[in-house]
Amino acid sequence: MTDFKRRQISGRGIPLPGNDIDTDRIIPARFLKEVTFETMGEHAFEDAKKQNPEHPFNQKVYQGASVLVVGQNFGCGSSREHAPQALMRWGISAIVGGSFGEIFFGNCVMLGIPCLVASQADLEWLQKAIGREPQKSATVDVEKQEVRFGDRVIKATVPDGPRNQLVGGTWDSTAVLLEAGAAIETTARKLPYVAGW
Amino acid sequence: MARTLLDKVWDAHTVRTLPSGQTQLLIGLHLIHEVTTPQAFQMLKDSKLKVRMPERTFGTLDHIIPTTDQTRPYADPLAEEMAVHMIRNMKEFNLPLFDMATGKQGIVHVIGPELGLSQPGMTIACGDSHTSTHGAVGAIAFGIGTTQVRDVLATQCLAMAKPKLRQVRVDGALTKGVYAKDVILTIINNLGVKGGVGYAYEYAGPVIERMTMEERLTVCNMSIEGGARFGYVNPDATTIDYLRGRQYAPAGAAFDKAAAWWKSMATEPSAAIDDVARLDGSAIEPVVTWGINPGLSVGVSQRIPAPESAPEADRSTLREALAHMGFQAGQPIKGAKIDVAFVGSCTNGRLSDLRVAAEVAKKGKVAKGVRALIVPGSQQVAKAAEAEGLHEIFQAAGFQWRKAGCSMCLGMNPDQLVGREMSASSSNRNFIGRQGSPTGRTLLMSPAMVAAAAITGAVADVREILR
Repeated sequence: MTDFKRRQISGRGIPLPGNDIDTDRIIPARFLKEVTFETMGEHAFEDAKKQNPEHPFNQKVYQGASVLVVGQNFGCGSSREHAPQALMRWGISAIVGGSFGEIFFGNCVMLGIPCLVASQADLEWLQKAIGREPQKSATVDVEKQEVRFGDRVIKATVPDGPRNQLVGGTWDSTAVLLEAGAAIETTARKLPYVAGW
Repeated sequence: MARTLLDKVWDAHTVRTLPSGQTQLLIGLHLIHEVTTPQAFQMLKDSKLKVRMPERTFGTLDHIIPTTDQTRPYADPLAEEMAVHMIRNMKEFNLPLFDMATGKQGIVHVIGPELGLSQPGMTIACGDSHTSTHGAVGAIAFGIGTTQVRDVLATQCLAMAKPKLRQVRVDGALTKGVYAKDVILTIINNLGVKGGVGYAYEYAGPVIERMTMEERLTVCNMSIEGGARFGYVNPDATTIDYLRGRQYAPAGAAFDKAAAWWKSMATEPSAAIDDVARLDGSAIEPVVTWGINPGLSVGVSQRIPAPESAPEADRSTLREALAHMGFQAGQPIKGAKIDVAFVGSCTNGRLSDLRVAAEVAKKGKVAKGVRALIVPGSQQVAKAAEAEGLHEIFQAAGFQWRKAGCSMCLGMNPDQLVGREMSASSSNRNFIGRQGSPTGRTLLMSPAMVAAAAITGAVADVREILR
């Protein structure tokens, strides 16, 4: 049985400094011309990687990392789920940042990828610490809302709703929504534009 | 207790509170297109689920559509495959598709309001971040990802947290040559590209109240560029006049009943709002973005700012922007040379946008070396523009008159920047690589300003041309 509960996630870190990294940057639109998400991992940050040999996603030392540490407003822009799909298929299973584009954040939840918010000072420390010890594992504790790296613990928050979904394993929401049963139609019939004017 | 439109729409569409604490929100209108849905349909098939309310989902083809030769199969086999999947899925699940043959195809955010599908008091979801556009009619409209598209198809619901509400008041009156695009670019510049995260924006104040529906659509469209997933304008007489007679709007006595309900959904004056931001519309001049996010903009008479003038945290983005754009801090934006001019997109591809661009196009010819494209937002927009002879004005001035689609806004079709080309664009995003070339550069501005840049060959002040 697949365990959907995302209480805590451990893995090597990858720092990606910079603010306002948009979903076009994560995956340019020309790679969205696919009817599946299967190849998305190959195109994560494709243009940015080509333009910058030093890009963290290019660096050997970060291959196999699963905890992405970013700056402010990460994933702003387009609603393309291809962006979190690309990161997930590249190997990312949790993201820690200063703030997130709201649709990107929601898409990550739908894939069981927690996005946690930490302070600027803690993010800068964590990015540097990972840079110094890229082989060391970081632990993203969704339940306790903290990130542990070495002997240091930083506060990292997730709003209650998504946290409950992730920790409880209900982020794959279709089944939960279907449980409402006939209440869906009852709600619809009360709306004049559905019931008829 | 007095309530806001957000409160009323949210309450009316709440199915239940989920164990997670989120709202199970009913979606009144689901709009879909070919790019963000094939995987959702596949997930539905894999789980052997049906579409819960097929009468509440409508589809179109927009992102990958070529705007020149639309003969099938499309020249791009990947685009063709996406179209094939969309058409097949819509047929298989018995959902209406506005394809080319209907005469109603177009960008999803242009056709929703145009067909009267988008109505006040609705919740509207679409696998596209610019779904906030539909908020202009007084709806709670928002972008979703593909897995959420699956949820809407399968359950007609989403698990959502209610946003906070910020009223964005635009006082005063706009001056000549200043348009809705300049207003929203100014709002984003003032409040920041992440200022709206966690909020719905309620646009209000005399400038917004005086706007036509098409202008309000432009403002709401770019809410997401300011971080706000939702943006709306309270329904009023302009909204009701706009919807009257549209294909999917109620007719006859039903229309009057609907109009009364629509008006009743507006925010009450004494309702509690989390936050209010104000700006003076009279002080806005034509705006041009100079950087790599829609918040990096200046008035056309201004100079590109120095990174040192920005707060510490923003400086690295400003430096990156200057490097990518090839601009110097302190350089005036006016006079920046362009290679491409693009009028179109869900932001500015409506009839009124084409009219104002045509007015400017009459004043000159497309400058030598500039490639200028006019891409109507829908087949109906194209038809109306042609009936007025706008296409002839554009063609006489050297602009290319294209067929409807998303086109160069995101370059998923052959309309793309090449190399480091600089584009004056009426679209919504200037992100690195956005218009199809990894090194391409985008200057966002109003359609009038794009036309002015096209005939000047450089960023120009449209007020001087229209004088």
